[in-house]
Amino acid sequence: MGKTIFDKIWDKHVVKIIEGGPSVLYIDKHLIHEVTSPQAFSGIEKRGAPLFRPNQIVATADHNVPTMNQHLPIADQLSKFQVDTLIENCKKHGVELYGLGHPNQGIVHVIGPELGITQPGMTIVCGDSHTSTHGAFGSIAFGIGTSEVEMVFAAQCVMQTKPKVMRINIEGSLQNGVVSKDIILYIIAKISASGATGYFVEYAGSAIRALSMEARMTICNMSIEMGARGGIIAPDETTYTYMKGRPFAPQGENWNKKLTQWKELYSDADAKFDLEININAADIDPMITYGTNPGMGLSVTGKVPTMDSISDPTEKQNFEKALAYMGLEAGQSLLGMPVQYVFIGSCTNSRIEDFRLVASIIKGKQKNASVKTLIVPGSQEVAKQIKAEGLDKIFTAAGIEIRQAGCSACLGMNEDKIPAGEYCISTSNRNFEGRQGAGARTLLASPLTAAAALLTGKITDIRTMLN
Amino acid sequence: MQSLQKISSRFIPLRVENVDTDQIIPARFLKATTKEGFGKNLFRDWRYENDDESKPKTDFVLNQKQFSGEILVAAKNFGCGSSREHAAWSIQDYGFKVVVSSFFADIFKNNALNNGVLPVTVSDAFLQAIFAQSAESTLTIDLEKQTITIDTTGSSESFEINAYKKTCMLNGYDDIDYLLSMKEEIEKFELNHNK
Repeated sequence: MGKTIFDKIWDKHVVKIIEGGPSVLYIDKHLIHEVTSPQAFSGIEKRGAPLFRPNQIVATADHNVPTMNQHLPIADQLSKFQVDTLIENCKKHGVELYGLGHPNQGIVHVIGPELGITQPGMTIVCGDSHTSTHGAFGSIAFGIGTSEVEMVFAAQCVMQTKPKVMRINIEGSLQNGVVSKDIILYIIAKISASGATGYFVEYAGSAIRALSMEARMTICNMSIEMGARGGIIAPDETTYTYMKGRPFAPQGENWNKKLTQWKELYSDADAKFDLEININAADIDPMITYGTNPGMGLSVTGKVPTMDSISDPTEKQNFEKALAYMGLEAGQSLLGMPVQYVFIGSCTNSRIEDFRLVASIIKGKQKNASVKTLIVPGSQEVAKQIKAEGLDKIFTAAGIEIRQAGCSACLGMNEDKIPAGEYCISTSNRNFEGRQGAGARTLLASPLTAAAALLTGKITDIRTMLN
Repeated sequence: MQSLQKISSRFIPLRVENVDTDQIIPARFLKATTKEGFGKNLFRDWRYENDDESKPKTDFVLNQKQFSGEILVAAKNFGCGSSREHAAWSIQDYGFKVVVSSFFADIFKNNALNNGVLPVTVSDAFLQAIFAQSAESTLTIDLEKQTITIDTTGSSESFEINAYKKTCMLNGYDDIDYLLSMKEEIEKFELNHNK
């Protein structure tokens, strides 16, 4: 019987299967950041063990950094201490660090692919659930806890039970105004925030093949939002074209050797999946979330479900709780609702193509005066490219400031927060209660829908603005 | 790691689905560089008005005096979202040894097991039966037998845990010790893998 791409990569990395237990899985690349690594460093030090393979680790500071005045010392003392601890730990243990001020610094899931660190066929982990992003290159990439970060420090392995494998096929062409963020929000709305728990998800079909690498990353990024361990897309010419020449991508003869190996990474025609889901790309509208988990999403022209559409009493109670938090009514339409904030950023949508999309909508226009903005590139490199392409001028002319790289208002660890009760159209990945600040009301959407709101100050169907 | 064999205790019923790790421990508490002291911020924004410890929210179960115990019982998809192990640390530091739900998110489940907190998955019907009990009733979880029992009614269900993790929990072993003992095997694996 044939193998899935997931099985092919997984099997190559199993060091040992523990009887009646998990597998010991070898990790090729380990990405770390300031928030989930300090306890792992102190743990390994307490055991008196050295880092086993420090040259397979790359570190950056992203979660807890300011997005303005990064050349100055960090004002928040706790944040400063955490970032300084990372610097110290990396120095002590010989780990490559792209800290604040380094040209390679940025959100860990933006810089990995950008630098060519992320490669097909690899196993990649990071103490961050959105590590699933890297699966867009045909790698097995998943988020881990800090104990597991320590395991990788100690032995370059984690203990994992092999997940089931699901394939989601998306066939056909997308409507104009619909982008990859809408695809993934549509899938999560369809199968729920827990619908893929226990699975690794392969995304396939003509609609996926047609996407750029950055668009594919957006889809794999949000796999965790339906509970999946990770997402994966088989590499193809689009992948190789994106990778070639990047600083850490293989060069010369080694490139050719790797390319031959990468071309074996696909699911065989007779591979069996534990579950398959088929989606027609044309059915997908621009999407927006209305609730407090990413599964609570709908077409931007749709209506919030009605109370009688939910039968389970606990579910009903949770639905009411979510609507009360969001200040919305069952059955209402969202279109035309005013928003106070627009956040464009996060490991989901902060890459150069996202900025190009937004710029294409706001070019020559003025931001709506009532909207406050947080516009945050994913990396120093993205920020540099924004300038090189002159996109910064389009934003400035529209009255919009571009900040410096970091996770920012996606998780509200630094000062970039949305005030209580205010609505924020956000290109990030989570609309949990308080995620963007205590009481903040997050509406997840694509960069295009966010761009439309920049101009109108309202929830807008981007399709009505495109011709 | 703390070991766990058998526990009988009252429980705290949290009838909320999709409890994400941002609720368990909000991101602003992730600036710490040690594992200690997270319990006081467990469910911080559900526990207090405006982040003010002098204003506990009376409608939240952790603030309701009739409920106590070392077992947290929550509705389905507990621990979804971020991979922050701080969620498991805060649950453990608050004093919980077991979390019962009809469904756990994967990363949280691993994080809990790695910190000596036992995640017990029960059927929907059994979860509802637990929620229907009075605040005084107790649950018994026997890890050796892999059973959970509602002591007042005597009704019982078995739960799954892989044999390796069970041994770790029963004895307080952790994975890192195991992996450190495998170093030679891993080095041998690397010789082939890196070809």
